[in-house]
Amino acid sequence: MDILIENLNLVVFLILFVMGYVIGSWAEKRHYRSIMQREKELIKLAVVTAEGSFPPGRVKDSALVTGSVVISIDYFKRILATLRNIFGGRVKSYESLVDRARREAILRMKEQAQERGAKMIINMRLETATIGRNANKKKQIGSIEAIAYGTAIVMNKQ
Amino acid sequence: MIMTNVNTVPGKKIVEHFGIVQGSTVRAKHVGRDFMASLKNLVGGELKGYTELLQDSREEAMKRMEAQARQMGANAVVNIRFATSSVAQGAAELFAYGTAVRVE
Repeated sequence: MDILIENLNLVVFLILFVMGYVIGSWAEKRHYRSIMQREKELIKLAVVTAEGSFPPGRVKDSALVTGSVVISIDYFKRILATLRNIFGGRVKSYESLVDRARREAILRMKEQAQERGAKMIINMRLETATIGRNANKKKQIGSIEAIAYGTAIVMNKQ
Repeated sequence: MIMTNVNTVPGKKIVEHFGIVQGSTVRAKHVGRDFMASLKNLVGGELKGYTELLQDSREEAMKRMEAQARQMGANAVVNIRFATSSVAQGAAELFAYGTAVRVE
């Protein structure tokens, strides 16, 4: 018991480390499952980054749609990324974070377009924002903010 | 008010240009949210408070842009772009700009 109290810092660190790993990877897997499922549902709604030109009379309505999300990294992965900094190379833990954020933002944008009854989204753009200046520094919140926006097109029935 | 981020309003003809309109807002998160976010940061996942903050400020910026366009007598804003910058620690600026036009 004495040893535990003497090394309280280490104990807290270990608890956070294990908790970050267990809960973090569980949450990530769940998020990926939900992303894949929703992507399948919305696959009919086309999203392009090009600007389309439409023959007159085809387009009924057009509107700006946006989707945004802020996702943070867990404690375990942050430690891994710090270690990775020493040797260099691919930081896989951050790659999945960025991937999730972008896909989630696009999905939210698509859901908004779906509600309007849109057939497609043209000129889609992705933007990354930071709320805090030191977003990824030590003792700061390692998080990413992704915004997706585009123009939803509602077609006339032919 | 029609808002698009393409050069034209699809299916409609632009009859008049009014030039650039813009709207911006600077928001900071409050301490409570900050604290919750740092807790959430241990296990990862979505920071809902920040997502809301981002959404609110983007809507506010667009509302201001829309007001400016309406003042000019426009009924649509085309080619909308979003930009973000951090002006101070913990505060974010969201900025929207576009071209005000009148369509048929």
